[in-house]
Amino acid sequence: MSTVTDEKPAVEIKMIPVYIMGKKYEVPAELTIMKAIEYAGYKYIRGCGCRGGICGACATVYRKPGDYKIYTGLACQTVVEPNMYLTQLPFYPAIRATYDFSELHGEAEEVHALYPEVFRCVACNACTKVCPMDVEVMDYIAAIKRGDLKAAAEISFDCIQCGLCASRCMGELPQYHIAQLVRRINGAYLTPKAEHLQTMVANIEAGRYVKVLQELKAMDVETLKKTYTERELEPATAGDDWTPQSNKGL
Amino acid sequence: MKIAYYPGCTLKTKARNLEKAALASFKVLGIEVEELPRWNCCGAVYSLADDDLIHIVAPVRDLVRAQQQGAETVLTLCAMCYNTLARANDLMKNDEEKRDTINRFMDEEPDYFGEVKVVHLLDYIRDDYGFEKLAEKVVKPLKGIKVAPYYGCTLLRPREVALDKPDQPELFQKLMETLGAEVIEFPSATTCCGTYQVLGNPEAALDVSHGIITDAVDHGANAMALACPLCDYNLGKRQDQMKSKFENMPEMPIYYVSQLLAIALGIGAEECDFDLNRESSLKLLQANNLISA
Repeated sequence: MSTVTDEKPAVEIKMIPVYIMGKKYEVPAELTIMKAIEYAGYKYIRGCGCRGGICGACATVYRKPGDYKIYTGLACQTVVEPNMYLTQLPFYPAIRATYDFSELHGEAEEVHALYPEVFRCVACNACTKVCPMDVEVMDYIAAIKRGDLKAAAEISFDCIQCGLCASRCMGELPQYHIAQLVRRINGAYLTPKAEHLQTMVANIEAGRYVKVLQELKAMDVETLKKTYTERELEPATAGDDWTPQSNKGL
Repeated sequence: MKIAYYPGCTLKTKARNLEKAALASFKVLGIEVEELPRWNCCGAVYSLADDDLIHIVAPVRDLVRAQQQGAETVLTLCAMCYNTLARANDLMKNDEEKRDTINRFMDEEPDYFGEVKVVHLLDYIRDDYGFEKLAEKVVKPLKGIKVAPYYGCTLLRPREVALDKPDQPELFQKLMETLGAEVIEFPSATTCCGTYQVLGNPEAALDVSHGIITDAVDHGANAMALACPLCDYNLGKRQDQMKSKFENMPEMPIYYVSQLLAIALGIGAEECDFDLNRESSLKLLQANNLISA
């Protein structure tokens, strides 16, 4: 039988050197860049974001000794490596065109007029190489140039708007803003409308649910609870085409 | 094996008529082409500065894509894309020093040594398909069309990428002859249309374009055929401006080479997008019973 003691098991923490904005720090080797920055004593006020690899707020640029390549990653997702030189780049200035979306028609020429700098692209591919989400940035810019907004929207789908593409662009394009406009256009004009949604909206506007909602609002709490618990439940094994016998309480 | 097809940006927007008629013709001719799954703008103009290698990167990347696809030949329809891709290919094949620089810069792509062959619709038909074989497929000879084939610059210059003898080309005339049209020879067939001067010096470009059209008319043409969207803009779209500047300016129907090819092969007008041409282009074909009114 084991005895409980106050002694903590001996865990060996391997420390490695990293250079944060040029200054050397010893940090535990298992940490992400974000945690290593905090371990080193920095406090995040902004540029931290979701800590879940989604929001794109913690884009980080780093280099490794003896390697000319630029490496990038999200600080919250990338684990530190010995002797890496890093800095976070939570924001990179890029001009976003001003437009009234309701006045657009979804034409490629409108995108070209709002972002004429798209034609400054020389296909150097620096944007794609730097993208921490592995988006083929140069390819969606190429698609925009030839007016294929649907392809551009699909290629840029994983963009998290971190802005690293814009930081590396020799044509000075604000790629991620252009891509966002294109995805908006794709959603509003190029993607087929969901017919069932339009039917539902029409039903709602025609007042189909007004009576039911008013009845619910008029109920006292006990009746409301009873109606809820007695509603017809969907069986766990129900198929996609299951419909309730009664919509009471649903 | 299927031929890798490089369309170019303009053929997907303002010059859809050039592409659509060509693709329809390929089907009838049994030429199997496959658009490159990934491609970028070729840059449209080959950079003449000796040390401006960054502008060679775009066309080389397209050639790398073609090679990655396992293609031996890249087919183009746009004269400017042809010129840009062919010259970039020529550089990668013959200039060892610049090739190394470009290959080193594009270190995310496999090295390229100019292995792919760049062709244009015109020389592809001459060298690979053959005029004789094409003649057998012509079901609607272009009777009544007195066409002046207009080369412009980029199909014939510089010498390294010229589709034919730059000073005395015959290729375009041969094709038009095969399609049953009456070929009009005219001295301005290889004169520059004014190209990008339309932006910086639009009046000068207009004068040059006007000179080319009147030359064709003076030699008896009632139509012109070309393969370049920028020539089409200068000679076709700007005719209304010519009419307000010059007295007695005649109307000149302008066609892409692919559109006349398609019509001669019996393909319907709906595959040719004539709404992107001058109105007179459709009317001339209707007047000669080549398409139904």
